[in-house]
Amino acid sequence: MSDVQFRFRDDEPVGDPGVTVGAFGEQSNASAVRLEPGDEARDLLPHLGRIRLIEVNFPVFGDGRGYSAARILREAGYQGELRAVGEVLVDQIAFMRRCGFDAFAPEIALDPGDAEAAWSRYAEVYQPTSDGRKPIWARRHG
Amino acid sequence: MYKYDTYDQALVDTRVEEFRDQVRRRLDGHITEDQFKPLRLMNGLYLQLHAYMLRVAVPYGTLSGDQMRMLGHIADKYDRGYGHFTTRQNIQYNWIKLEDAPDILADLATVEMHAIQTSGNCIRNTTSDQYAGAAADEVVDPRPYAELIRQWSTFHPEFSFLPRKFKMAVIASDIDRAAMRLHDIGIQIVQNAKREIGAAFYVGGGMGRTPMIAPCIREWVPIDQMITYAEACLRVYNRHGRRDNKYKARIKILVHELGRQEYTAQVEAEFAHLLTQNIEPPLAELARIKAMFADPPFEAGIADDVDRSDPDFALWLDNNCLAHKQPGYIAVTISLKPIGGIPGDASADQIRLMADLARDHSFDECRVTHAQNIVLPHVRKADLYALWQQLDAAGLGTPNLDLIGDIIACPGLDYCSLANARSIPVAQKISQRLAAKEQEIGELKLKISGCINACGHHHAGHIGILGVDRKGTENYQLSLGGCEGADTSLGQITGPGFDEDGIVDAVEKATEVYLANKGEGERFLDTYRRIGMAPFKEALYV
Repeated sequence: MSDVQFRFRDDEPVGDPGVTVGAFGEQSNASAVRLEPGDEARDLLPHLGRIRLIEVNFPVFGDGRGYSAARILREAGYQGELRAVGEVLVDQIAFMRRCGFDAFAPEIALDPGDAEAAWSRYAEVYQPTSDGRKPIWARRHG
Repeated sequence: MYKYDTYDQALVDTRVEEFRDQVRRRLDGHITEDQFKPLRLMNGLYLQLHAYMLRVAVPYGTLSGDQMRMLGHIADKYDRGYGHFTTRQNIQYNWIKLEDAPDILADLATVEMHAIQTSGNCIRNTTSDQYAGAAADEVVDPRPYAELIRQWSTFHPEFSFLPRKFKMAVIASDIDRAAMRLHDIGIQIVQNAKREIGAAFYVGGGMGRTPMIAPCIREWVPIDQMITYAEACLRVYNRHGRRDNKYKARIKILVHELGRQEYTAQVEAEFAHLLTQNIEPPLAELARIKAMFADPPFEAGIADDVDRSDPDFALWLDNNCLAHKQPGYIAVTISLKPIGGIPGDASADQIRLMADLARDHSFDECRVTHAQNIVLPHVRKADLYALWQQLDAAGLGTPNLDLIGDIIACPGLDYCSLANARSIPVAQKISQRLAAKEQEIGELKLKISGCINACGHHHAGHIGILGVDRKGTENYQLSLGGCEGADTSLGQITGPGFDEDGIVDAVEKATEVYLANKGEGERFLDTYRRIGMAPFKEALYV
């Protein structure tokens, strides 16, 4: 498992590795779960209260299912850590944060300067997401 | 026309600087070609057979005179003096140097243009009816809705790594001039009995290896929920579209495999959820955009007739001009298909001339059509003859709109790294061979693709040609009976393929069968639909 390189939360990180979605349903004491691209994120919704960490795996950067999973979890009110793991590249991380990821454990560590630039480059966005940024249309129409 | 505000402009300017930095890192050797590839593709820069190709977005095909002029400038300064207008209403430059690409994007940004999302597995440029704002049969101008989609889809954080590319089209007439049902999502803006505006959603159309006509999944989405509904359609696709096989990854396969009902049920469930998330732009935003698409200041009470005494002009008038909603005006299509020419190509001088004509005679507006021609949407009839003389002198007066010489062709193996066969020489030969007969043959939409990806829309051609590679030689399959529009249908293959000269002969034979069997008032397509494939097969494979 790769180390967490960036984390945008103040709470204590969960040390345990996430269990699979299948195992999670049976282990009522688990608080960390790992979501693969084919897993159904909505299966976790009844358990969000006890989950402190959800790892979303990106085995290849081009498989974008994890973006939808992240938004579904945040839209359902999940407040715990949402961690992107796997092939997490500098050109994806801005989109990932917009979808609700607040921790990043890239397989290959990113250049911190490049990552910072990626997060701060675009001052405004067209779409609202659960990240709370005001979309451009809201700025236009106050 | 839509005008950027500071928000739109800042976003495009930022993109230029981001890409400049990426290109610098590539040229310095800090990143490999493998790492660079997805970055350049997100800016429409492809590595083709001979050079880089840059695809520039023309949202819903609409350009101002200044934007058109800039396209000519780029052709001269960075390319070989020409550009290629595409079936996606965009323009491509075929001879680009990597080190110039950031400067080109910077030049484009000065006229509110860019190459964002012209490639990659994301939502591509949204296309529309080339006669929007001019056509007498439209409910409303569809372009404000397309602009709303442009903004929503630009850098969409959830949908930038879809299973495959995603194309949307928006129309607002019953007559479909944008091949709407051959898109991943086709939207028809409609009006109900209470004169409210809504959107009908057609999902899962497309060409490529497995052509499909999109079914309607919802006849009425209230207009202030259109973006939310699109988001629901995309989310279901992003989560469940196939990613195991590139050729089965388009949304049409998902809709087909799930079935329209099940796909629709999933979209409706997602839609109900997303309605609680308040992601829809307010109607005030649509109103802001609509104000920029208000009618230009048409003159009332001007002459509504045209002097037809010059027979060459009269022919062009009848073939290339469309009735306008405003008396005294007409919509003009400039054919980029001269006899024996390369379909969709225009020289820098021609592009600049069209820019000037748009400024002087069409309220500073022109359009790119999906059939690779240019439209001047609002020309005063009184100016038409002088306009035609200027076009004709520049090689832009070919009177062949929707005739057999008005061929759609992809770049093919002359440029494209995906192609199996050349398209351009076949188009040129057919154009030359049938030029003398094309007025007699009448409406006949011929479309050529150089590979199974179907960029040349061959499935939708009244006559379609698909270039394939057969044991190392180029071979061309012929199909008949395809059609886009209200009565969309897919072409049927006639039988074994032909070599390059053989396909030209075969097309000519097909037109002969038509002329011999033509009933009163029938187009080629009508005759084919009436008499079927057999008489054509008989003539083709004796």
